[in-house]
Amino acid sequence: MKIVVLVKQVPDSGSERSLRADDGTVDRASASNVINEMDEYAIEEALKIAEAQGGEVTLLTMGPDAATESIRKALSMGPDGAVHVTDDALHGSCALGTSKVLAAALRTLEFDLVLCGAESTDGRTQTMPHMLAERLGVPALTGARKLTVEGSTLTVERQTDEGYEVVQATGPAIVSVWDTINEPRYPSFKGIMAAKKKPIATKSLADLGVEAGEVGLAGATSKVLSSAKRPARSGGQKVEDSGNGGADLVAYLSAEKFV
Amino acid sequence: MTDRVTPQELLALDSLLTAEEAAFADSVRRLVGDVVRPHVAQWYETGVTPVRDLARELGKLGLLGAHLTGYGCAGVSAVAYGLSCLELEAGDSGVRSLVSVQGSLAMYAIWKYGSEEQKQEWLPRMAAGEAIGCFGLTEPDHGSDPAGMTTRAVRDGDDWLLTGTKMWITNAPVAELAVVWAKVDQGVTGFVVPLDLPGVTVNEIHNKLSLRASATGELVFDRVRLPASAQLPEARGLKAPLSCLTEARYGIVWGALGAARDCLETAIDYTTTRTQFGRPLAGFQLTQAKLADLTLEYQKGWLLAHHLGRLADSGQLKPEQVSVGKLNNVREAIAIARTCRTMLGANGISGEYPIMRHANNLESVLTYEGTSEVHQLVIGQKLTGLSAFA
Repeated sequence: MKIVVLVKQVPDSGSERSLRADDGTVDRASASNVINEMDEYAIEEALKIAEAQGGEVTLLTMGPDAATESIRKALSMGPDGAVHVTDDALHGSCALGTSKVLAAALRTLEFDLVLCGAESTDGRTQTMPHMLAERLGVPALTGARKLTVEGSTLTVERQTDEGYEVVQATGPAIVSVWDTINEPRYPSFKGIMAAKKKPIATKSLADLGVEAGEVGLAGATSKVLSSAKRPARSGGQKVEDSGNGGADLVAYLSAEKFV
Repeated sequence: MTDRVTPQELLALDSLLTAEEAAFADSVRRLVGDVVRPHVAQWYETGVTPVRDLARELGKLGLLGAHLTGYGCAGVSAVAYGLSCLELEAGDSGVRSLVSVQGSLAMYAIWKYGSEEQKQEWLPRMAAGEAIGCFGLTEPDHGSDPAGMTTRAVRDGDDWLLTGTKMWITNAPVAELAVVWAKVDQGVTGFVVPLDLPGVTVNEIHNKLSLRASATGELVFDRVRLPASAQLPEARGLKAPLSCLTEARYGIVWGALGAARDCLETAIDYTTTRTQFGRPLAGFQLTQAKLADLTLEYQKGWLLAHHLGRLADSGQLKPEQVSVGKLNNVREAIAIARTCRTMLGANGISGEYPIMRHANNLESVLTYEGTSEVHQLVIGQKLTGLSAFA
């Protein structure tokens, strides 16, 4: 089975993140950049399938040259190789532009299954699997908390606010996963050493036949007009118990979707 | 408040590491965070540690015999191996001891001095954590003076009969095999001894007030019959076990810093949040003086360990240089732990915080693999040309 995993390098959500003053894009230069956390679950799922059924796992990343560092880290978990789409013209691409590029890259690869994280910790649009499925004409099974592969039949438990839905498709298909699906492995010492020697194929927009003007800031369909820092944390809401504290607490938690 | 850095970040120590070395350390730190930290206080309190399960987890990552090559071992650099020891000991010295004894003592002895058959039989399983090894050199009456050992092996036809007692043996109660050093007519030699053989008794040592998250035992051999193939063919004389000790000591040079770092981080966290006399403890000059001095020693120790690691990776590391590292870094680590304890006040003695556990563990680390005094004598002899051992 040939599996492609979409991997994005993002600024570490655990540290200070900001937007650039000049064009409103994510400031990558001053950030500590890491693999998007949810993507590690997608990689783990791909590795588990490949280990159980045989197959090949390829990573696909679109991002600046410096994303190579994150690709090597992702490869140290065990995938066989990676494709890195990098081009100066990609800077500032919107979700639609990104999907155009990733779809073009996927057309150059053979795949039975594309796995990705359900969202990235920077953009958080959750739209990529749908857009790619539309462009490639394949089914999208999104928000999986469980994935079963039997032949070309893919069965997913799709996490919802209330519970889960069981949905099925015939591959090739795109599956996005939440962090409930598995527990990603740590890169082993051998994995880290092997990652150095694994192939990373670099592709430019020209290699993929995508016009520079269709992507990047120039071709973006959405634009950051202004941004402001999140206000400092306030004291929070105190629930006083004057007889109906329990009900108030449940009402609050349920309004915030904690329960 | 102005921008803060950790003791590790203050001198940008990590800038001396390759991306690969940093990745090794990162994996070990994550593993320790998941499988050691949440449980270690309880292991220490009860004196019961699931060593076998832990060994498999460590083996999966490649931590067992990580610096050895072939036979299922990862073959990482000395610096990477040292960083692993640091991260493990930031969890607990007992966990690092498990890895040191498995990799640097038992596996290294077989890897360096064993026959091809012995290597094939044991090393892959030991690297995976499926077989646990221990190292029998110290005896009840012979610690710093291993040359005085009384354990003997005598020929009986082609076989050997092994008799003697080994004491303070890390991993012994959970081990499948021991590398045992014994006197024969030609001097000291080593044997690979499966511990399920008739005549072998393993007694667990209880009532330890240090390294409680580590299994320690006594090995008693009463005319244990060993085939000729049990002997380590390349081990001739006491320098063989001493070379294993140099390997393990090198890991301790780094490891002790892990315990120190955990104490420092705990103390910084505590004193910046604990308020006395109307402000955080860390806002008082006496606290800052302690934190600054301890951080200096941590950093100097790290730079020393890193220097020894680079020497090892270029094949130049000498035993007396490892003595410098062990003497300094363990001595400073225990001083750091004790001073951090004072900054936590009464909480410092509580098992809720790791500091007293680290301090107690480091008492053992100060003594095993060559006491501080032995390392002073090694360095003294190198400086003066005079032996003051006896």
